[in-house]
Amino acid sequence: MSLRVLAASPGTTIQDLGRPGLRAIGIAPSGAVDQGALRVANRLVGNPETAAALEITLGGLRVRSDVDAWVCLAGAAVPAWIDDRPVDLWRATLLRAGRELTLGIADHGVRVYLAVAGGIAVAPVLGSRATDTMSGLGPDPVVAGVVLPVGPPAPPPPNDVAPWTTPRGPATVRVRRGPRLDRFAPEAWRVLTGSEWTVSAQADRVGVRLDGPQLSRADTTELPSEGMVIGALQVPPSGRPVILLADGPVTGGYPVIAVVAAADRDVLGQLRPGDRLRLRE
Amino acid sequence: MSEIRPFGDEALLIEADDDAAVLALAHALGQPPAGVVDVVPAARTVLVAFDRTRIGPAAVRSWIASAAAGAVAVTDDGEDVVIPVHYDGADLADTAALLGVTVDRLIEDHMSAPWRVALTGFAPGFGYLVSTDWPHRVPRLAVPRTRVPAGADPLADGHAGVYPRATPGGWRLIGSTDLTLFDPDRTPPALLAPGTRVRFERRGPE
Repeated sequence: MSLRVLAASPGTTIQDLGRPGLRAIGIAPSGAVDQGALRVANRLVGNPETAAALEITLGGLRVRSDVDAWVCLAGAAVPAWIDDRPVDLWRATLLRAGRELTLGIADHGVRVYLAVAGGIAVAPVLGSRATDTMSGLGPDPVVAGVVLPVGPPAPPPPNDVAPWTTPRGPATVRVRRGPRLDRFAPEAWRVLTGSEWTVSAQADRVGVRLDGPQLSRADTTELPSEGMVIGALQVPPSGRPVILLADGPVTGGYPVIAVVAAADRDVLGQLRPGDRLRLRE
Repeated sequence: MSEIRPFGDEALLIEADDDAAVLALAHALGQPPAGVVDVVPAARTVLVAFDRTRIGPAAVRSWIASAAAGAVAVTDDGEDVVIPVHYDGADLADTAALLGVTVDRLIEDHMSAPWRVALTGFAPGFGYLVSTDWPHRVPRLAVPRTRVPAGADPLADGHAGVYPRATPGGWRLIGSTDLTLFDPDRTPPALLAPGTRVRFERRGPE
């Protein structure tokens, strides 16, 4: 069984739940930046949540399967068709052998996941099939012309639709205190949580830079590098925070003022340049 | 151990007074309970990351407190990782001139210093090496190279290192090694982990 990629936009990779637990030797967790969407897509085609799927940035994908295969799209709101028939997101669909699944361009959100029953079966690296775009670990990015192996499918589960729609509009995530809050001016926390931020053009799997008011520091002495986590808001001397994502550096020397609540992490993976974001205590 | 700082809802950051305290603490935290995902020693801190669906912050804190109470200075056991170096780096002569020493002196200092991995990062298998016997502080290149070959041995600031694979890099290159620093199919995949002791040995010129 295999999936032939006829077209792919830049930023299409294979992702699963990543390779956590290896930060001490310099390896980022990587994995899907919207893990909830990946998990749902996998479950709707009968896969374990740990199966590998395609993470597609904005859309622009065309694929064909060599056998009848259950597939599911979840994540960013992207129009999709099998031949000329529209396909819903958050729902398992049978992709007949030889038919073409085409994705348009996302209306909102950034990453859409395409799960295939059986999972993308490329060789794992250190226990994961995720591509780490920063370090290059894992499979190569997905480009037109590649043929991806698919594992043996389990029977699809009886529930073939998740009653969900992709959220739109200004996003809000909760933030927790970061370890270096005390290096910032006393009003910095109020500025951080009381302002509306805009996602800058610098947004990828490594991190998302925010535009907005300056977060002033009280202590500008150099901080020795320390361990980092997904969702950490690092503040470089420019005062514009960067939220680290799955492929972000494992250590860094910019002070972390806040960390996005783990439960709200998936929202970060769907932020696109120009989106507004609020950070709530 | 001076303080445990909150780091979001799935991590804690432990501050330590110095290098040796970091090492002792990381050693004491060597047997984490289920749900603790990462223990990451750095220059003055140890990050403990956990999965909040498997263990709560209070349990992690009490584990850290009891483990830290038993932390003892780590005696130098185990073997050094020996890295054979060809001192043929593109920046060798310039770097020596910049530091006001001869090329031979720079090489000698690099080989005689007992190095230790203070922290990792930048790339899988990359270790920031420090040594109390290393007298130099090397400025980074004004314009980083877009590609540095795997095995290149660079200096920057008070650090030495080895590039595990071809990457962009702004450190000054003094040599190269044929040793494979990182191989995902090997156990362990990285030769260098926090605390690993390292020595450089001269190979060639051949």
